[in-house]
Amino acid sequence: QMDAPGCGRDGLGLLATQEDMSVPQYCDKRSYPLPDVPYHKDLGAEQKALKEKEKGSWKQLSNEEKVALYRLKFNQTFAEMNRPSSEWKTVLGGVFIFFGFTGLIVWWQRVYVFPPKPHTLTDEWKAQQVKRMLDMRVNPIQGFAAKWDYDKNEWKK
Amino acid sequence: MSSTLLPKPQMRGLLGKRLRFHIVGALIVSLGSAVLYKYGVAEPRKRAYADFYKNYDSMKDFEAMREAGVFESVQPKDS
Repeated sequence: QMDAPGCGRDGLGLLATQEDMSVPQYCDKRSYPLPDVPYHKDLGAEQKALKEKEKGSWKQLSNEEKVALYRLKFNQTFAEMNRPSSEWKTVLGGVFIFFGFTGLIVWWQRVYVFPPKPHTLTDEWKAQQVKRMLDMRVNPIQGFAAKWDYDKNEWKK
Repeated sequence: MSSTLLPKPQMRGLLGKRLRFHIVGALIVSLGSAVLYKYGVAEPRKRAYADFYKNYDSMKDFEAMREAGVFESVQPKDS
């Protein structure tokens, strides 16, 4: 049973270690863009100095310092966490393998299991059947008999 | 990271724009398919039936079918 969305119950099965679920968690999730805690909680000396500098005007931060502050707070960028994978190739490959395997099974069935074809599928029977349908004028306006030329006794061109 | 400002995105009227696009599209698609069906299928079919029955001699057709031997109630004439 899923509770409110947050970092804890991610339902994605990505957590492998035993986390302490009683404290707020960090997570990289598109559906939860601002995690409950920063990624790096314990900061070294120069990282603490950077956080102090962040309290002032941001115009005095260089680009590298801005990126460093971002990486302190977040693990992956959205581009990194949303990167495409090659999983679709595996999925499609597996699907086609099973198609092929099923085809082999069906082929074996055709050779060893199926009974002989009914006599109504032989060519002479089918010809007699077509002649009878034409004699009965089956669908003479737009359908079967409409395509037969009764005067010349052949199919219309 | 660039410091140039991005243009301000569209903030209002998004649903209205989407609705207008889809309503117009739906009208065009439905009316278009109705018109196509009428003049592609229905009118030719009506014409085919009219042409077939314009000079249709049912008795002649019946005699031809009788000769072919497809009836049970009447046999071919010379049998």
